[in-house]
Amino acid sequence: MSEKVYFEIRNLHADVEGSPILKGVDLKINKGEIHAMMGPNGSGKSTLSNVIMGHPSYEVTEGEILFGGQNMVELAPEERAQSGLFLAFQYPVAVPGVTTAKFLKSAFDAVHGEQNIKAIAFLKELRANMKYLGVREEFINRYMNDGFSGGEKKRMEILQMLTLQPQMAIMDETDSGLDIDALKVVSKGVNKLVSPAFSLLVITHYERILNYIKPDHLHILMDGKIVFTGGSETVKKLEEKGYDWVREEYGQEVLAGREEASKV
Amino acid sequence: MTTETTFINDEYKYGFVTEVEADTIPKGLNEDIIRMISEKKNEPDWMLEWRLQAYRWWLNKEEPQWPMLNFEPVNYQDLRYYSAPKKMADRFKNEEGKIDPEVKKTFEKLGIPLDEQKQLEGVAIDAVFDSVSVATTHQKVLEDLGIIFCSVSEACEKHPELIKKYLGSVVPYTDNFYATLNSAVFTDGSFVYVPKGVKCPVELSTYFRINAQDTGQFERTLIIADEGSYVSYLEGCTAPMRDRNQLHAAVVELIALGDAQIKYATIQNWYAGDKEGKGGIYNFVTKRGHCRGKNSKISWTQVEAGAAITWKYPSCILEGDNSTGEFYSVAVTNNCMQADTGTKMIHIGNKTKSTIISKGISAGQSANTYRGLVQVLPDAFGCRNYSACDSMLMGDQCSANTVPYIEAENSTAVIEHEATTSKISEEQLFYIKSRGIDEENAINLVVNGFCKEVFKQLPLEFAVEATKLLEMKLEGSIG
Repeated sequence: MSEKVYFEIRNLHADVEGSPILKGVDLKINKGEIHAMMGPNGSGKSTLSNVIMGHPSYEVTEGEILFGGQNMVELAPEERAQSGLFLAFQYPVAVPGVTTAKFLKSAFDAVHGEQNIKAIAFLKELRANMKYLGVREEFINRYMNDGFSGGEKKRMEILQMLTLQPQMAIMDETDSGLDIDALKVVSKGVNKLVSPAFSLLVITHYERILNYIKPDHLHILMDGKIVFTGGSETVKKLEEKGYDWVREEYGQEVLAGREEASKV
Repeated sequence: MTTETTFINDEYKYGFVTEVEADTIPKGLNEDIIRMISEKKNEPDWMLEWRLQAYRWWLNKEEPQWPMLNFEPVNYQDLRYYSAPKKMADRFKNEEGKIDPEVKKTFEKLGIPLDEQKQLEGVAIDAVFDSVSVATTHQKVLEDLGIIFCSVSEACEKHPELIKKYLGSVVPYTDNFYATLNSAVFTDGSFVYVPKGVKCPVELSTYFRINAQDTGQFERTLIIADEGSYVSYLEGCTAPMRDRNQLHAAVVELIALGDAQIKYATIQNWYAGDKEGKGGIYNFVTKRGHCRGKNSKISWTQVEAGAAITWKYPSCILEGDNSTGEFYSVAVTNNCMQADTGTKMIHIGNKTKSTIISKGISAGQSANTYRGLVQVLPDAFGCRNYSACDSMLMGDQCSANTVPYIEAENSTAVIEHEATTSKISEEQLFYIKSRGIDEENAINLVVNGFCKEVFKQLPLEFAVEATKLLEMKLEGSIG
């Protein structure tokens, strides 16, 4: 793996309950790049993000996920996070009885080591990030995602990302269900992290978010495979023409595969 | 010479045995044994008479069959009903009685220093070793305020009028099989009296330790909060690991007069037996509080983390108008442990209120039952109860049951009951782990979050203790 290629997926195949969802995904992300991944319903987008993070319901049957010189497939989810990977969930999970502050401090300590930051400094930083994302201060003592609205949960995912400072993040449909103002705030948060040392994979259903988080490359996933890779100009094309041109270009194979997937 | 054996065990670090010369009596139970106990304790005749009445009553009683518990019957003739470290045995005859150094060391190992200079700040402790109270700390501070905190035996001697008036007034000797047995053979325990208007400035605490083999522990605690007073009391308990079952049948009586408040917290970590269910403590306990006066309040908080079998229902009799009863409970069972625990809230006075928060966590092959009664009597107007009973299951071989009884005989009563059962979910664990937190800590976060409402009732240092205890108990229970 060259110095520049930071995150690489090679020939990734994955099953859920015995049925194959990912059928040979190849993807290279260089350090500092932003990639977008789009695709119709059932194409395997969420499966890909779950597999990258190591969800126990998905089984990798073939292939590798290389990050920082390690094959992530062999690591537990927490080890993947500790090596600098982050997933912003499409459906964040509530942890009743555990405050946002407690949750984030535990996560920070697990990723960066307990000695690295004092509680007071940590809280100061957390408050600053909350303010930046327009999250009300009371959320610091609310239980993680417990009774949060959809939009609040999504903001909380980005707050976690800002707190943990990963080197590589995957955003799984973070934009779904957000109004335009919330989308702007979330994007603002993500852009704060963007740097030559940070790589990002934005998985989305809609082009909208890509007006705020500008990708260097765009991939289209269909039936468990990346069928098209292009530059940022592709965003406009998709916006105007939808996925039809992709289907035309890649023929019946993709269409048939897609129908099959949508039945699942 | 005395020696000490320590069993190294990660799961139960309090499982060591202290070798002390013990002053014991023969095994078995009959009137002569009871006379012997009474004599050892130098008790007045009226006390012996009360014990004998209880014993005669007990002879015609049978063990309750209704709890959801399975266990081998206890052979009451094969138990020893009194055991005391020998050097302490004469304590109540000799003013200068020093504590056996081995016993002192035992308590130090349990984190309970008895030396004056090492004592925990803000906590006065009564240490009970097998059948007798060996030391009570912070006596001076308490005496200055007129607070009596001593062993029940000492109270019999020095404050007979209070014992005569209150002992058995909340849990009479006719109450139930185990309470009756306790009344006949109880050996020691703590006595607290807080005078009118006094707010006790330190936490009062008792630490029970069963050491001798084949010995039952039958302690009796009596706490009286006089009008307008306040007291917070904590009890902790441990026992060595033995492969035979040991019986612990305690009785606790609380009495709150007008405007008085009693907070009573328990962290129970008796030896629970091994993974196959061999050995462990049978914890058959009767705890009851009586809110006698107007605006009085009694709160029970319990963290039940040990014992092979727990059978325990800390209850409140809400007699004084506008009195309040609270019950906060975390019961954890793992391996082959069984717990049938809950509370009774009896609303007698007008506008009495009660709150029940119960959290049951079952792992391994254990069984965990919440059993509770909320009763509102016909002439109790404007009463309220809120109950929430949540169960969490870890793995698929354990069980959780909720058995709530509600008997509202007055139509003005407002009673709310909520119950949930959840499994610790894969999605939740994955979410937490994806943030870099390992499985063990992820489970701890979820479990502590689940118990939060109860833990926040405990004084801070005990809440920390309880958190650690749970982590230890559930180690390796998933995966």
